[in-house]
Amino acid sequence: MSNNLAIQTNNLTRMFGDFTAVDHISFDVGRGEIFGFLGANGAGKTTAIRMLIGLLEPTEGEATVAGFNVYTEAELIKKRIGYMSQKFSLYADLTVWENIRLYGGIYGLSRDAIKSKANELLETLNLEDARDKRIGSLPLGWKQKLAFSVAVMHEPDIVFLDEPTGGVDPITRRQFWEQIYKVAEEETTVFVTTHYMDEAEYCDRVSIMVDGKIEALDSPNGLKQEFEADDIEEVFVELARGAKRGD
Amino acid sequence: MRTIYFLLQKEFLQIFRDKAMLVIIFAIPVIQLVVLAYAATFELKNTAFHLVDFDQSTASQRLVNSFEATGYFSQAGQSFSTERGVEDILQNKAKMVMVIPQNFGKKLRSGEKPGLQFLINAVDGSTAGLIQSYSQSILRQFSRQTQPRFSGVSVAGNISPIRITISNRFNQELDYIWYMVPGIIAILVTLICLLLSVLNIVREREIGTIEQLNVTPIKKYQFIAGKLIPTWLLAMFILTFALAVAFFWFQIPFRGNILFVYLTAGIYLLGIQGLGLLISNASNTQQQAMFINFFFVMIFMMMGGIFTPIESMPQWAQQLTVINPIAYFAKIMRMVLLKGSGWGDIQMMIGALTLIAVILLPLAVFRYQKRSA
Repeated sequence: MSNNLAIQTNNLTRMFGDFTAVDHISFDVGRGEIFGFLGANGAGKTTAIRMLIGLLEPTEGEATVAGFNVYTEAELIKKRIGYMSQKFSLYADLTVWENIRLYGGIYGLSRDAIKSKANELLETLNLEDARDKRIGSLPLGWKQKLAFSVAVMHEPDIVFLDEPTGGVDPITRRQFWEQIYKVAEEETTVFVTTHYMDEAEYCDRVSIMVDGKIEALDSPNGLKQEFEADDIEEVFVELARGAKRGD
Repeated sequence: MRTIYFLLQKEFLQIFRDKAMLVIIFAIPVIQLVVLAYAATFELKNTAFHLVDFDQSTASQRLVNSFEATGYFSQAGQSFSTERGVEDILQNKAKMVMVIPQNFGKKLRSGEKPGLQFLINAVDGSTAGLIQSYSQSILRQFSRQTQPRFSGVSVAGNISPIRITISNRFNQELDYIWYMVPGIIAILVTLICLLLSVLNIVREREIGTIEQLNVTPIKKYQFIAGKLIPTWLLAMFILTFALAVAFFWFQIPFRGNILFVYLTAGIYLLGIQGLGLLISNASNTQQQAMFINFFFVMIFMMMGGIFTPIESMPQWAQQLTVINPIAYFAKIMRMVLLKGSGWGDIQMMIGALTLIAVILLPLAVFRYQKRSA
C-alpha cells in the first residue's frame, strides 16, 4: 500500500442478516485530505465509519486505515485515529478539564503535555472560563467544538467525524469548519460525514452513498460538472431520488 | 497502569459526584441492617390466641396466666364457642384457639389427666410448629408446678430416667438478631455491589460514551479494572461500616479473626462483580440489566441460607446452592463472627468462592468486546 493513502478500501461490505448495509464500497483517501462522506439517512455511512475505526467487524472486503488492516490491526489503528460521533460523547458529569485529562491520559500523553494541550485548546476555543464547568451544563455548539478538540488532542493521523455539526447553528458550524481546516493544514486527514450540503463544498473530495453503495466520488466541482448541477445539493437529490432505503 | 489510573480517577469523580451515592453508601446499609435485623425474626412474640374456657376455674385461669406470662402469647378474644374461636383465626385476629374443657381443674386436682385442645393456624407451617412446641413446653412446666400441689401425689415415678440437659453454644441467649445480622450484612453488601456493577457498562452504553472509549487504544483489562476497582473498594467500605454497626449497635461478639471476613468478602465480591459486569455487558439498556439483576438477586437471597436454612431445602435445591456464592459468604460470616471458626473450617468454602471469581471475572473481560462482530 502506498504511504500517501490514509484510508484504502476494496469491496468493503457489511451485512446484518440478509440486509446489506454497506455494499462493496471501494475508495481511497489521501493523506491530509478532507474527505466528505455524504448519504441519506440509512445509506450506510455510519456502518462504514464504524468498520473503519474498529467498532464493527466487516463481513467481507478489505480496508486499511493509517496503513493497518481493519481485521487484524484494529487496536493499532485506534492509536492513530481520533473519532467524534453524532452522539455527543464526552462525560456530561465531568468538567471540561477532567474530560481533557481523561482522554489525554488514555492516549498516553504526559501530564505536562496534557496541561499544555488543555490550555492551548481552551484558549483557541475561547473557553478558558468554562474549564471547571461540567460538560452537561454547556451549550451544544461548545460541546461539539470541545469534542472535536479532544478527538484531535493526541495529534492523530486521521480524524473521523460522524455528523459533527448536527443540530448546531450556522455560526458555530462555520467555526467548526475553521477548526477542521486548521487540523487539515497540519497534515491530519479528515473523514467527515454530513447532512449539510453546503458543508460538502468545503471538502477536497466528496463521495455520495446511496443504498449502501458509493454512487459518486469526485471533487465538489468535478461532481457539479458531471451532473451539470449548480451545487452539491442538486447532485445529491439527483442521486438520492433513486434510493429505496431511508426514513 | 497509567491508563488505569486515569480511568479510576474518572470513575471515582463520577461516583462521588452522584448525590444518590452518599445515600447508597451510608443510609441504605444502616436502614437495611437495623430494620431487617429487628423485623426478620422467627421468634414468637405476643401470639394472639382465642380463649374458650368451659371450666372457669382457678386452674384454668392459672393456665392462661402461665401462657401470657411468658410474653410469647397474649389473649386476643374469649368466648364459649370453639366456632367463634375458629372464626377469629379466619379473620386473622388469632393464631390459635385454646379450648379448656369443663372439669379441667377438677381432673387436675384428682390426678387424672385432663385434656386440652389447641387449634393452631397452620397456613404458615413453621410458625405453627413454633406455637406448638412453645405451648408444649409451657404446658410441661405448668403440670410440673401444679400437679404436686393439687394432688399431693408424687410424680417422681413419671420422670424419665434419661435427663436431657441442653446447652446452647455460641449464642446462649438464642438471640435471633445475632444470627440474622451477619446474613443481612452479606445481603446488603451483595445488593449494592451487584447493582453498581450491573449498571456500570450499560450506563455508558446508553449514554454513548462507551463508543468513544472503544475507539481509543484502551485495553480490555484496563477498562474492566477501571470498572472493577472502585466498586470493590466501595463495597469493602460498606462492609466495614456495616460490621461497625453490628459490633457497636447490636453488640455481636466478633469471636473469630476479622481478617477472614475481609479475605472472604474480597474474593466473594470479585465473583459478584464478574457476574455484574457480565450482565451489564449483555444488556442494551439499564432497564434490561435491572431485570436480569432482580432474577439473580432473588435466587441468591432465597437460596442463600440466610432466611431459611439450606439444610431444610430439598436435595436438588441443596445441590444448587453449591454454585450460589452468597451461601458461602453468609455461612463464613456467621461461622467466623459467631463461632470463631478458623482457617481450617472455612478453607473449602473460600476455595469455592475463589473458583467462582476465577471463572466469572475472566469471562467478563472476554465477553466485553470493543468491536461488535
